[in-house]
Amino acid sequence: MQPKRIRTRALAAAFPHTVPILAGFLFLGIAYGVYMRAAGFSAVYPIAMSMTIFAGSMEFVTVNLLLGGFDPVGAFGLALMVNARHLFYGISMLDRFKGTGAKKWYLIFGMCDESFSINCTADIPAGVDKGWFMFFVTLLNQIYWVGGAALGGLFGSFVLFSTEGLEFVMTALFVVIFLEQWFKDKRHYSALIGMGLSGICLLILGGDGFILPAMLAIWACLTLFRKPLEKAGEDV
Amino acid sequence: MTVTQQVLTIAAVVVGTMATRFLPFLLFPANKPTPGYVRYLGSVLPSAALGLLVVYCFKDISFLSGSHGIPELLSVGVVAGLHLWKRQMLLSIAGGTICYMLLVQMVF
Repeated sequence: MQPKRIRTRALAAAFPHTVPILAGFLFLGIAYGVYMRAAGFSAVYPIAMSMTIFAGSMEFVTVNLLLGGFDPVGAFGLALMVNARHLFYGISMLDRFKGTGAKKWYLIFGMCDESFSINCTADIPAGVDKGWFMFFVTLLNQIYWVGGAALGGLFGSFVLFSTEGLEFVMTALFVVIFLEQWFKDKRHYSALIGMGLSGICLLILGGDGFILPAMLAIWACLTLFRKPLEKAGEDV
Repeated sequence: MTVTQQVLTIAAVVVGTMATRFLPFLLFPANKPTPGYVRYLGSVLPSAALGLLVVYCFKDISFLSGSHGIPELLSVGVVAGLHLWKRQMLLSIAGGTICYMLLVQMVF
């Protein structure tokens, strides 16, 4: 196949997977752009930040950092903590990103929650190049996000109907992807460990500080039960 | 903050974020065999990470005040129900989201 046809085919296969994110990211991106404008920044800021940081929750946090005192070390540490879950994504994708050539660096750069969850679980049809498929999933998601932030930053609030609650589209997406992964797993220990320990940590520690303890607990549990879990993974 | 300080702050956030994304790939490059333990983690972490991500969506909900998380839980039920029934990704997502929007705009 010609390179051009390989890319077209991968784009066509990738696009349907990104449609929920088109809705969610345009909405959240616009909200982010409007938020930055309201905080007194020109549209250049949301556009540049959505392009370079490309991690939704961290971008909202950064607005507050920009309004406070100058503390780049603190900003760096906060970004590490807020985005620590990406470490899990990276370890999960070590194998899947292999053999994707130079595209790999963009795949890693653009590995937000949404791109990770699709690239990690999507059944890529036979005859579609894996690397280009994941590349287009990532690229389309970033275009939606930057596009939304640009619209919000440039035009402010111009919504025609009440969009209150539209942000739930992201939760719905993650629930569906979680279920798809659940159908694929023969055993559900890992999913239950991930959800159960996170839930417990959230209940005990509250929303602001639960994620690092939850990650540590998941990692410790998976390490401690490596032998039985590996054995369980083997028997079909 | 001056513009330079703003740029440096944004750069610090970019570097911090990218560190979390690139670190595993820099520690375990593709041209070297990945240790068995890390390969094991790579095989069990996706399901656990997706579970964490679902819980993460609920981090700002207060179950003791306001609407007690009822619209969220009901709508997640709709998403899961639709998905178990039809297994059409877009239908499950759209159904659950519309349900949630109606609940928070009209009921709660």
